[in-house]
Amino acid sequence: MLDCGMHMGFNDDRRFPDFSYITQNGRLTDFLDCVIISHFHLDHCGALPYFSEMVGYDGPIYMTHPTQAICPILLEDYRKIAVDKKGEANFFTSQMIKDCMKKVVAVHLHQTVQVDDELEIKAYYAGHVLGAAMFQIKVGSESVVYTGDYNMTPDRHLGAAWIDRCRPNLLITESTYATTIRDSKRCRERDFLKKVHETVERGGKVLIPVFALGRAQELCILLETFWERMNLKVPIYFSTGLTEKANHYYKLFITWTNQKIRKTFVQRNMFEFKHIKAFDRAFADNPGPMVVFATPGMLHAGQSLQIFRKWAGNEKNMVIMPGYCVQGTVGHKILSGQRKLEMEGRQVLEVKMQVEYMSFSAHADAKGIMQLVGQAEPENVLLVHGEAKKMEFLRQKIEQEFRVSCYMPANGETVTLPTSPNIPVGISLGLLKREMAQGLLPETKKPRLLHGTLIMKDSNLRLVSSEQALKELGLAEHQLRFTCRVHLQDTRKEQETALRVYSHLKSTSLMAR
Amino acid sequence: MKLYCLSGHPTLPCNVLKFKSTTIMLDCGLDVTSTLNFLPLPLVQSPRLSNLPGWSLKDGNAFLDKELKECSGHVFVDSVPEFCLPETELIDLSTVDVILISNYHCMMALPYITEHTGFTGTVYATEPTVQIGRLLMEELVNFIERVPKAQSASLWKNKGIQRLLPSPLKDAVGVSTWRGCYTMQEVNSALSKIQLVGYSQKIELFGAVQVTPLSSGYALGSSNWIIQSHYEKVSYVSGSSLLTTHPQPMDQASLKNSDVLILTGLTQIPTANPDGMVGEFCSNLALTVRNGGNVLVPCYPSGVIYDLLECLYQYIDSAGLSSVPFYFISPVANSSLEFSQIFAEWLCHNKQSKVYLPEPPFPHAELIQTNKLKHYPSIHGDFSNDFRQPCVVFTGHPSLRFGDVVHFMELWGKSSLNTVIFTEPDFSYLEALAPYQPLAMKCIYCPIDTRLNFIQVSKLLKEAQPLHVVCPEQYTQPPPTQSHRMDLMIDCQPPAMSYRRAEVLALPFKRRYEKIEIMPELADSLVPMEIKPGISLATVSAVLHTKDNKHVLQPPPRPAQPPGKKRKRVSEDIPDCKVLKPLLSGSIPVEQFVQTLEKHGFSDIKVEDTAKGHIVLLQEAETLIQIEEDSTHIICDNDEMLRVRLRDLVLKFLQKF
Repeated sequence: MLDCGMHMGFNDDRRFPDFSYITQNGRLTDFLDCVIISHFHLDHCGALPYFSEMVGYDGPIYMTHPTQAICPILLEDYRKIAVDKKGEANFFTSQMIKDCMKKVVAVHLHQTVQVDDELEIKAYYAGHVLGAAMFQIKVGSESVVYTGDYNMTPDRHLGAAWIDRCRPNLLITESTYATTIRDSKRCRERDFLKKVHETVERGGKVLIPVFALGRAQELCILLETFWERMNLKVPIYFSTGLTEKANHYYKLFITWTNQKIRKTFVQRNMFEFKHIKAFDRAFADNPGPMVVFATPGMLHAGQSLQIFRKWAGNEKNMVIMPGYCVQGTVGHKILSGQRKLEMEGRQVLEVKMQVEYMSFSAHADAKGIMQLVGQAEPENVLLVHGEAKKMEFLRQKIEQEFRVSCYMPANGETVTLPTSPNIPVGISLGLLKREMAQGLLPETKKPRLLHGTLIMKDSNLRLVSSEQALKELGLAEHQLRFTCRVHLQDTRKEQETALRVYSHLKSTSLMAR
Repeated sequence: MKLYCLSGHPTLPCNVLKFKSTTIMLDCGLDVTSTLNFLPLPLVQSPRLSNLPGWSLKDGNAFLDKELKECSGHVFVDSVPEFCLPETELIDLSTVDVILISNYHCMMALPYITEHTGFTGTVYATEPTVQIGRLLMEELVNFIERVPKAQSASLWKNKGIQRLLPSPLKDAVGVSTWRGCYTMQEVNSALSKIQLVGYSQKIELFGAVQVTPLSSGYALGSSNWIIQSHYEKVSYVSGSSLLTTHPQPMDQASLKNSDVLILTGLTQIPTANPDGMVGEFCSNLALTVRNGGNVLVPCYPSGVIYDLLECLYQYIDSAGLSSVPFYFISPVANSSLEFSQIFAEWLCHNKQSKVYLPEPPFPHAELIQTNKLKHYPSIHGDFSNDFRQPCVVFTGHPSLRFGDVVHFMELWGKSSLNTVIFTEPDFSYLEALAPYQPLAMKCIYCPIDTRLNFIQVSKLLKEAQPLHVVCPEQYTQPPPTQSHRMDLMIDCQPPAMSYRRAEVLALPFKRRYEKIEIMPELADSLVPMEIKPGISLATVSAVLHTKDNKHVLQPPPRPAQPPGKKRKRVSEDIPDCKVLKPLLSGSIPVEQFVQTLEKHGFSDIKVEDTAKGHIVLLQEAETLIQIEEDSTHIICDNDEMLRVRLRDLVLKFLQKF
């Protein structure tokens, strides 16, 4: 099973995947060889405790070390919002998160993990968030690559995704930004800084809803250096106590960040911020400009939503959405232009503040997706994670450019791909060397036929010379000879005739050879 | 398969393995013990060292006394220290395809190999190995370069002169090939040839061989290597540990069922128990400091020092040492301490869980924060202002021939209050101390070598079950100083094959199979016959395609096109399809054979018994068929139709291969 996410836009059963699709009556553990989690975002791991502890799964769950470290913290955060703040029942408990994490097996980048006798998996760097990975899943010579979310352009704190030319039978790629070709990173950054700067200059407040780990760190580095350079004094806050902790994770897992940060970390740690302070709830009512990073990123609950409600009425303020928002969230609503929001208790919130969308979320854009397909050279491509219309466009583009089949199944749909793998066999070195030596002779330009006998015993297949096969099986060779009487009429002497026949036969046999 | 042994040092190995079509160098260790023959390089002018008397031959010829100095009965070369390189003449090193590094101590000769032999291949190592290896090289270069020495002695190397010198100079091997230290530029160029790998990563070499690093438990990122093809497996075990210190535990399971296991890097102090040594280290340290003396710990900037600092972290408060300053002096001290905290994935489980909290995995972070441990790049600068005695100093180099340690030996050597504690096992402490004699300070020898001992090796070999073991000759006999200890050697069956420097071993290894792939279309066309229960045979005729050392069998092309359309071009592409005479097996049951003949219209058949079988006479056709167990002989007139008919009837009773 690839990833085990939750839907942020729902508060009912639809929040978690319907695991009965996997098996109606059997146990999930019997049905699944393993679960692979690509990164710590909740839309990729949010249903994990529900799946393993409430539905029931005891097999291995694979993820990278940073994901293993950070995932339980986000799950616990999310649980608190859902249960403690919203009072939802039938939700996983803290203990369940702990029990679930006990089933996790951490993997290194590029390590080949043998799940069982046949199945092996290997993680590649995906660059989407700290610890994000793409996975190659392989049985024999057949393989699938699952990208999770990835980013093909290095940013201020992470490197770019990379995969070798592994030629999988199938590449399952995300296509969140199927049609977007984002302008250069620098332009986007300049744009972002300009908007923040202008707003605080005219005394407005800037709200940036983020997830505690990931994009937040990149934007913090960006603002920190800008504030430093411009010598600004306007306060920047970061909500929740997670900040310092989050930055600590980045410090300890610095080998997962980009080249530049890794190289300079001994002299200067990029994750120790001078200008960014911890946020207190009371600060939201302070007069004057400020910049606040608040969680969660889609304005669907928690502190970011609280601050948003406080600041929404003032046209001087600004909210900058730095990432993608799932349908049904407040973030999605305001981004699609809605300015009158129905809140809990039938209250209507009028949004007067400026709403800006900056595509900072680190997904590959269309160009990046094409780049990855080119890198991996798959036989088939399957698109997931995105909007149908845009995906259809990308699907056609991939099929045209790479001449491979591209699929985009809807939820609940099954795609079947036939493959015809070669069959591995052991060939006796003697036979192979004899054939290869003859293949090297200059006059034998044309391909030659190799003759041998395949011995099949259980699942063990060996190709040997026929003589060796007979010998191994204890079979004797049966000689079949012919003798024919041939009448010749020749006037020459007997001996001369015999000699002529002999030399004729000799020359023809040489030619035949 | 051959093994070229380029180093005689069992813990600093350098071997080249030729396997299938690849040439693989296993480690690249630099023997630094050669520097023990040299005078120490003092950071600050030392009147004692510069006033040592010259040494010359008995014949009164004084030309050597500029190069050789005498100190307490030992003779030292007064020159830039030199290292003993791996053999460079035994094999053309430009033919080496890849170099596999097992740990940061075993890569110190890398710049000599990659920069000066025409090497064009790739080096594989884990990230911690490279980062810490870089620090060790940087420190070495820094130690040598910051004390420029005018003199580079070479007269003493003259063969005629060397044999007249006192031991151990007389016995030093290959002194003419000893070289001075490399430069930082060479280090950077060498390290740029390294490709980073992770544990259990499968790396394909030219499609012929697969190499995989495995955790070896000895140091951060240290690895053993599996070198295998589909049918052969060589394990290279180098510097492994089963003790629980800071690195990830050793992966033993993956070493199982090797054809050959090459074993190097065992403990150099097989009789010392590392845990006991750590205890002794702490108590001696505390005793000295309590008596108002200073403690000097000559050490490398990474490795055991992390464990020692962790022990002290737990020990100092209970031992009442919290006010004693601990100094760590090395040009790479800061980097080493910082780097140790970022390799969570390469650490033992305990340390990993700390990172998940998230807390730094090593407690020296706290020692630094509370100012109990201070680190400096050298004794110059800030250190001289902060320096307070009594104190504990960790500094290099453990050979006592260069680095800041030389200064402290000169400074503290005269007082019996002070103690030098040797923890690194790479150098004989008596030899290390020789140029400082006479010495008043106390010397404690607590070598901490966590690598495998012989009991652990014998258990490992029992579990891994290799067909053959290959090891340095030192491991096949008890150590010279303890020749009665028959337990201090490798004991296995068949006996281990041993190697020494500059030897070439032919490994007992017969390759018999190679992997080949059959295309599904070809597989579909095969017709298996069950010959014995559970065993089936199928005759295969196919076209062999070989690319990048991968072999694939394709179905033979369809028979030639009708003769009318035949063009020369086409016929060239069709393989030599001459029908191969198949091998036959089986025997012909005479009675059934006769019945078949009758069914096919032969009459007047007569059967005669012979000594070995039967003769079937077809009188009408004037034909005679001799049938024996393993042969059939058909003697007939020149009637091709008849011959073919008879042949086909005979073949019905035989199996074709």
